[in-house]
Amino acid sequence: MQTAIYIFVMAGVTYLIRMIPFTLFRRKIRSRFFRSFLHYVPYAVLTAMTIPAIFYSTNNLLTALVGTVVAVILAYLRQPLIVVALAASAAALGAGFII
Amino acid sequence: MKRQILFGMQDGIPIALGYLSVGFGFGILAASLGITPIQSWLISATNMTSAGQVAGVSIIAAAGSYLEMALTQLVINIRYSLMALSLSQKLDDSFRTPQRLITSYGITDEIFAMAYSKAGKLTPGYMYGLIITPFIGWTGGTILGAMAGEELPGQLADALGIMLYAMFLAVIIPAARQEKSILTVIAIAAAVSILFYYVFTAISGGFAIILSAVTAAAIGALIRPVDDEMEG
Repeated sequence: MQTAIYIFVMAGVTYLIRMIPFTLFRRKIRSRFFRSFLHYVPYAVLTAMTIPAIFYSTNNLLTALVGTVVAVILAYLRQPLIVVALAASAAALGAGFII
Repeated sequence: MKRQILFGMQDGIPIALGYLSVGFGFGILAASLGITPIQSWLISATNMTSAGQVAGVSIIAAAGSYLEMALTQLVINIRYSLMALSLSQKLDDSFRTPQRLITSYGITDEIFAMAYSKAGKLTPGYMYGLIITPFIGWTGGTILGAMAGEELPGQLADALGIMLYAMFLAVIIPAARQEKSILTVIAIAAAVSILFYYVFTAISGGFAIILSAVTAAAIGALIRPVDDEMEG
C-alpha cells in the first residue's frame, strides 16, 4: 500500500511537470540563467546519482571499481550505451571470479 | 491519423531499442532494492523517465518521506518543463487540450529530441506513435530486468547491478568531452555528492541528489551561461 502511494506521488509530480507547460503556457523562458541551469541539470543529476553509488552497485567494492574503470574508458571512447553497460557488467563479473 | 501513428511508431523504434536496455538496467536495480516486478512495471508505465525512477526506487527502499519523493522528482524532471514548452510551440492546430493532456505524458529527452528535430508541425497521431514504441521498449525492458534480477544467480545479478550506472556514465562522459562547462558541472556534482555520502550522512539520498545537482547546475549557469534558445 505504501509503495502504491510512493508510485502515485512520483507519477503525479512527473506528469504535472510535463503537462502544465505543455497545456497551459505558451511563452518561452526568458531568463538566461534559468535556461542555462536547465541545460546543466541532467548532467548534474546523473553524476550525483552515479557517484558514489556506482561503487556499491555490485555489492563488492573491488568488482565495482573494475566495472567503473571499464565503463569510464569505453564511455570516453564514445561507445554506445549498451556496449558500455554490458562491458562494465562483464568486467565486474570476471573480476568477481578472479578475486 | 493511422498513417501518422505508423510514422511516429517507426521513428520511435531506435528510441525503443535504447529504452529496452536502459529499462532492463532499471528493472535489475529495482529488483535488488526489493521492488517486485509488477511494481517496477507500474513505475515505468506511469513515469517514463530513467533518472527520476532510479532516484524514486532508492527513496522507496530507504523509506524516505513523500515530500522527499515529490521534491526529488521535481528537481530531476524539471527539465521536461522546458522541453514541453518548446514542443508546445510546434504543435499542429488539431492539438486541443485532450490531445495535449495525453501527449505530455510521453515527453522524454529522446522523444523530445526526435519530435523537435522533425520538420514542420506535429500531429497528435504522430506523437502517439512516437510515444507508443518507446513505451513498449521501456516497460518491456523493465519487466525483463525485474524478473532477471529475481531469478538470476546472485553473482550475475550483482554484476548486472552496475549496468544502469555505466549507461549514465556513457551519457555524461562524452558530453563532458565535448563541452568543457559540462565537465565542470560534473566535477562539482560528484564532489558535492561524495561530501553528502561520506560526511553529511544525515541528509537522505533524495535530498543529497537535489542539493548536489542544484549546486552544480547553478554554479555552471553562473560561470558558463549557455547561448542557445533551446538546449536538451
